[in-house]
Amino acid sequence: MFKEYDPLKNKIFRVMDDSGKIINPKWIPDMKVEEIVTAYKKMLFSRVADLQIVSYQRQGRIYTYPPNYGQEAITGAAGAAIRQNDWLVPAFREIGTMMAKGVSLKEIFLYYMGYEEGSNFKNASQVLPVSVPIASQLLHAAGIGYAIKYKDEKKVVFAFVGDGGTSEGDFHEALNFAGVWKIPVIFIIQNNQYGISTPVKMQTASSSLAVKSVAYGIKGIQVDGNDFLAMYRALEEGSRLCLSGDGPVLIEAVTYRKGAHTTSDDPTKYRTKEEELLWEERDPLKRLKAYLISKDLWSEQEEEKILPQYREEVDRQFQEAESFGEYKKEDIFIHLYSEMPDDLLEQKNQYDRFLQWKESRFNNQKK
Amino acid sequence: MKIMNMVNAINDALDIKLYDDKNVIVYGEDVGVEGGVFRVTEGLQQKYGVTRVFDSPLAESGIVGTAIGMAVAGLRPVVEMQFCGFIYPAFNQIISHATRMRNRSRGKYETPIVIRMPYGGGINALEHHSESMEAIFGHIPGLKVVVPSTPHDAKGMLISAIESNDTILFMEPKRIYRAIKQEVADGKYTIPLGKANVLSQGSDVTVVAYGAMIREVQRAMVMAKEQGISVELIDLRSIYPIDRETIAKSVKKTGRIITVTEGPRSFGVGSEISQIAIEEAFLSLEAPPSRVSGFDTIVPLPRGEYHYMQDPYKILYEIERIVKY
Repeated sequence: MFKEYDPLKNKIFRVMDDSGKIINPKWIPDMKVEEIVTAYKKMLFSRVADLQIVSYQRQGRIYTYPPNYGQEAITGAAGAAIRQNDWLVPAFREIGTMMAKGVSLKEIFLYYMGYEEGSNFKNASQVLPVSVPIASQLLHAAGIGYAIKYKDEKKVVFAFVGDGGTSEGDFHEALNFAGVWKIPVIFIIQNNQYGISTPVKMQTASSSLAVKSVAYGIKGIQVDGNDFLAMYRALEEGSRLCLSGDGPVLIEAVTYRKGAHTTSDDPTKYRTKEEELLWEERDPLKRLKAYLISKDLWSEQEEEKILPQYREEVDRQFQEAESFGEYKKEDIFIHLYSEMPDDLLEQKNQYDRFLQWKESRFNNQKK
Repeated sequence: MKIMNMVNAINDALDIKLYDDKNVIVYGEDVGVEGGVFRVTEGLQQKYGVTRVFDSPLAESGIVGTAIGMAVAGLRPVVEMQFCGFIYPAFNQIISHATRMRNRSRGKYETPIVIRMPYGGGINALEHHSESMEAIFGHIPGLKVVVPSTPHDAKGMLISAIESNDTILFMEPKRIYRAIKQEVADGKYTIPLGKANVLSQGSDVTVVAYGAMIREVQRAMVMAKEQGISVELIDLRSIYPIDRETIAKSVKKTGRIITVTEGPRSFGVGSEISQIAIEEAFLSLEAPPSRVSGFDTIVPLPRGEYHYMQDPYKILYEIERIVKY
């Protein structure tokens, strides 16, 4: 596959067309039908969650949030392809994959409600917390890849970055290290066309982002990131290569950020309605749904039935997060050092003395 | 005269200098088409074109590194770091080259670069969007670090910065980007860098602050006044060069000094000011020089940020403690 879709050929790997019709039967992934349906349902859940988070934010119940919608085929396919003992190194637009690894929506909510505890994933292992400084996480992925190879483990690292992130020096360094070390890392670029307002053509003069793999001497492929079947197949193949010592690989997943960069951003400043409508036609959920319906594996009725359940489940977890309770000021001081230095402890004590003074002085007035 | 907030005032300063000097170039992440994530550069690309005001690739080291090249070749780049927490990839270019080029080339090459950067907390932002790390930049030999606290100062200081032949980190307190409005003079004027501004005369204690902390101190001063405490407030304006003379003069008069900063306590701007007070006014001191600051911790996520931030109560507590000392 990586040979057939050599990035130098400027071909994009697709299995289905925009209407969900199979156009590349040779590369249909070997998935059970139930697995595809399950993946679709998870993508749908992620979409529902995302849209609800944006509305919670508008209601002032959550702080700034970077929406994922439009990119569910990538994070959903990665969620289906990643195994329990594989590592996930996210950027910050991968809730689908994080949930597949066992991160709860409640934890995601807590993080965006401004609790550090939201990055304490209780039931997910081998998932790093989100990384806000762009592309910096890719080097950690390379380090994990080295450790896997060193310990001779059968694991793969799934590492994410956006199109804007490919401009950072850390992107270059990570791919270069990974190439030199020949480690089991799948670098996934979610090319959603924009780094905040800046279009990908202003990030690079390269013919694609996938073609950058050539210079690092690693395998690369450009995939239709809104085509679940293609994404899954590419990730599965990438995973297989990594496990057989032929990693790392670079996958450019071409997609579109349907929402804003974050809830603080206004995309009407830099992109057109026409462009948004064009990508609406290529919506990843719409395409997979059309495919499933054509195979009689899914129906509008089933979807209508399941949507209210999903909304309710999202809301249930949101309310659980909302009742997480008072922010504990101790959370600021712990986990910074293996043992708290005396000077820091004294700062904490000073703060307690101040709070006592304030309470007695201002009779319990609010902060 | 026009009523302006700090965003308008900075935009006005950039506009004036872009008009004034064709060597002025403005770039950074999202500063062109969008006009910056805080809209500070709004309208400038439309006015001056894409060769003078433009979006760069997403790479902070690239932005500052290329600015060094532009500067040694005769341009005057004014670049933006989108948030304080993202400047670190550019740290190497700042500390290894921008601040050394003149010295290294024995005066042959100068680096007249302004690095604009919103900083500070109190806006309920995501991780890495709320830090106040001016102290680590103040520690870099060859770098000037300045912080305006009003629209008027922002405009005059930015024009001075762009006209200066040094590399200047121009830190913008984003918490008060739009919170303070005042009359700002039309056209060009400058405010000298390196000079503090005595905002209120007082006799009992000197409080030194800058940026968004000025407003917090002024609120504390209202409460202190009710206790009969007279505070002298100094807006430091410039972290480096530091205005030793103004600090010394004030502390000799009041005998007490408190520095209010947002960033972590240890090795901070407050530590430096305390040292200046000791060196310059040792025999006048009636209390140990003191600091109100963030903890030596990571800035908490928004839910817990108020514990970390300085507010009028924390400042009042320290004022009373030091006055009664």
